[in-house]
Amino acid sequence: MLEAVIFYVFALAAVVLGIIVVTRRNPIASAIALVGTFFFLAGMYAMLDAHFVAVIQLLVYAGAIMVLFIFVMMLLNLREMGEGMVADIAGATTRGILGLSAVGLVGIGIYVGLQGVAGRKLGVAAEGTGTIEAVGRALFGGSYLLPFEIASALLTVAMIGAVVIAKREI
Amino acid sequence: MDQIGLYPVLIVSAVLFVTGAAGVLTRRNALIVLMSIELMLNAVNLAFVAFSRQLGGAVEGQVFAVFVMAVAAAEAAVGLALVILIFRHRATVDLKDLNILRG
Repeated sequence: MLEAVIFYVFALAAVVLGIIVVTRRNPIASAIALVGTFFFLAGMYAMLDAHFVAVIQLLVYAGAIMVLFIFVMMLLNLREMGEGMVADIAGATTRGILGLSAVGLVGIGIYVGLQGVAGRKLGVAAEGTGTIEAVGRALFGGSYLLPFEIASALLTVAMIGAVVIAKREI
Repeated sequence: MDQIGLYPVLIVSAVLFVTGAAGVLTRRNALIVLMSIELMLNAVNLAFVAFSRQLGGAVEGQVFAVFVMAVAAAEAAVGLALVILIFRHRATVDLKDLNILRG
């Protein structure tokens, strides 16, 4: 019972903060709300016995990625970044309606697709699942060693690419 | 988590994904569009972890969540570098002003 209450509080908080992320005018407010979403998602990962993913969520997402976002916002001139008044109201309304109806279609599709799992329960988790050891054994001892190395190459390429793109002159 | 079941977790995941998609489609600030993409990636991660748990702790779903995080980090780094570059050239991050490739 208590577990269900905690889960629904986390879920509601994550969804509300997610809606705040996409509706705020000020990007800093969006970023802070996004950090909150990441925290509540990490709590839900921990409740789903994915402890390693929960810790990595906090370290990588709420730590590294959001620091990068806020650093860039501070670097740019915030005052000029707020979206000004929309000059062309009719065009904005049309785009908004089109975009939101597309999103609604996606949502209906997801809802219908999920009907098949509506009655399914979460099973009993095996002992020690989701620990660093279990995930590490799958990553390094299983068939995911090559994808892991490719991911590290991707991160190296992205790092060099970001420096090359953003640097004034090389 | 035995009392909750798979369905509510997937509903949360779907709602977060649709929220992020709405942000990508309707916002004009490039930074908020990037943050909406992060929100969508997180929703997908939640679905991965929920299915991993539903299969009795199959660790593959969590491995994929870790890979998604690595790709998201790379995407954020390159995307923000592009935002800085665009801001330096055009002094704006408004996607409405960035239409020089329009035919």
